[in-house]
Amino acid sequence: MSPIRIVKRQEPLGWSSCFVLLAAILISLVLSGFILFVRGTPPLEGIYILFKGAFGSRYAFEDSLIKATPIFLCSLGVAVAFRLQVWNIGAEGQFALGAVGATWVALSFPEAPAYLVLPGMMAMAAIAGGFWGFIPAVLRQKLKTNEIIVTLMMNYIAILILDYLVYGAWKDPASYGFPMTPEFNTSAIVGNIGSSNFSWGLVHCVILGLIFWVFMSYTRIGFEIKASGDNVRAARYAGIPYDRLVMLVMALSGALAGWAGFLEASSTVNRLQPSIMAGYGYTAIVVAWLARLNPLYIGIAAFMLAGLRVGVEGLQLDLQVPAAFGGIIEGLILLTVLAGGLFTHYKIVFGGKGGKK
Amino acid sequence: MSIDILIPLLAATVQSGTPILYATLGEIFTERSGILNLGVEGIMITGALVGFLVAKLTGNPWMAFCAAGPAGACAASLHGFVCLVFQGNQVVSGLALTILGVGFANYIGTSYVGQSAPGFARLPIPFLSEIPALGPIFFSHDVLVYITYIIPLLMWLFLYNTRFGLSLRAAGEYPAAATAAGLNVVAYRWLGVLVGGFFMGLGGAYLSLAYTHLWTNNLTGGRGWIAVALVIFAFWRPGRAVFGAYLFGGIMALQLRLQASGTQIPSSLLLMLPYVLTISVLVVSSWRRGKTDEPAALATNIEPAD
Repeated sequence: MSPIRIVKRQEPLGWSSCFVLLAAILISLVLSGFILFVRGTPPLEGIYILFKGAFGSRYAFEDSLIKATPIFLCSLGVAVAFRLQVWNIGAEGQFALGAVGATWVALSFPEAPAYLVLPGMMAMAAIAGGFWGFIPAVLRQKLKTNEIIVTLMMNYIAILILDYLVYGAWKDPASYGFPMTPEFNTSAIVGNIGSSNFSWGLVHCVILGLIFWVFMSYTRIGFEIKASGDNVRAARYAGIPYDRLVMLVMALSGALAGWAGFLEASSTVNRLQPSIMAGYGYTAIVVAWLARLNPLYIGIAAFMLAGLRVGVEGLQLDLQVPAAFGGIIEGLILLTVLAGGLFTHYKIVFGGKGGKK
Repeated sequence: MSIDILIPLLAATVQSGTPILYATLGEIFTERSGILNLGVEGIMITGALVGFLVAKLTGNPWMAFCAAGPAGACAASLHGFVCLVFQGNQVVSGLALTILGVGFANYIGTSYVGQSAPGFARLPIPFLSEIPALGPIFFSHDVLVYITYIIPLLMWLFLYNTRFGLSLRAAGEYPAAATAAGLNVVAYRWLGVLVGGFFMGLGGAYLSLAYTHLWTNNLTGGRGWIAVALVIFAFWRPGRAVFGAYLFGGIMALQLRLQASGTQIPSSLLLMLPYVLTISVLVVSSWRRGKTDEPAALATNIEPAD
């Protein structure tokens, strides 16, 4: 008998699993501090600036909320696909295509009034993003291709499509050679709420989040998604149309990411340019997993990780830490939280032959 | 196409296919033990960075190449810890490792962007390199390319003709039966993860030490993901991996040459080629599913016995 053994719990760990989550995040912060130290940055000061920059001021708070918007929407999409055990890694590309779709409407109908242009942009963004999610779903169900790789490759392709357009046909002649479209007309811009600094995009998030929650909790399709996610074979025997469900969910997932792309182009930068591809689609995966696919938690986690991004910008300015540090923290948090998942279903027993039934 | 364009193109094909081949062989080895490692991109770029730094520090490319292997194994061991010790989800853990690895390499590498390090020079093999056509295509490269002519054979011998290889495959096919037969499945999976990571690290180092000799951020540019796709295309067999890697080497070499030739085709469309090819390759390999050697227990964890 080894002195340390891992024993399965009778019941999965309940609310105290949030201590495991906190411990995991703490460990990843300590490791991140060490990585700061390796490159010659004082670790404690670094972590302090990270948090102060993220949540320590009104400006930081607003900026975190702005960045949380696209992450939240992408993450909702990723979460519904993950719930069905479909690995949609393609939020980044679906986001790009959504932005492209919305921009096409904005540039094609410059004269149309806002009450026509904005819904048109939303619809086109959702269709373009949804289409980008639908393709890998069809390939997966009809040809059994691996959706992880297909969605990932489609990310690269979508970003190149965006580049192709802003370097070519859509380039603003007055941009001094910078790759960007002309600024949208005011009719194509989602403005701020009253005189605040908060965009109406936040309201979109709340409404879409609520619809998502109702859809998953109270509709037949939502129930079918959860049932098939738990056991595909049983779901098929129960007569759930699994193939169609996967295609629907991936299209929805893409549409949500596309919507995020629309908001980013229309509300945050007011034009299409390559810099809108900031990796929100990948952060969304981290968020979805941290939040265990629950929409409320996704909101909280999206805000936290958006804050992390803002904090890293502060670190960049104050201590010249490269922007890639954000990826390190995200990767570390995800790894430690995954490892901490062990304690949900198992416990560690020290010594002896305890636990023998 | 005339012969004096074709032969340099095919030679460049072998060269650009080599890093992908190292990584694909590594992933085949890992997946054969039953572990799906989607961290290839992150592991490769870690190997590339460590290789570059050691070459810069010591001036010795061999030492750099040899350091990149253990660096890759080290990075892969994170995946091993999460999946084999902590029972974490293999898909998500691999993604996390990619995010972490790419972040880490860009973080440390930022101060070295554009700098060069001593790397491997071309070393044509006497006599063999003088064979018409075949000589310039296969035998006029650096040593690291020649190494990849042997590894697939060695890996095939190991997997199909040794006891250890059989046990490793058993861990990936039917871990419960392997355990019942007295094998330590977790140990074999560790072997798969570490040796696989070793080769992925070498593949990354090929990029910084032989392919470019200088550091740029995001040096791997999706090659790790292409390797994951090629494992499926190769039906998990080392021999077919060679064919797949050169297919991608070919398209990358062609794309570079077209860009350099001042063609009218926009560069963003040319850059799409490898990614479009990856999807096409997956679609094509799905038509012949019956012939695949996909490990039956791929991406499933070994639950600790009570």
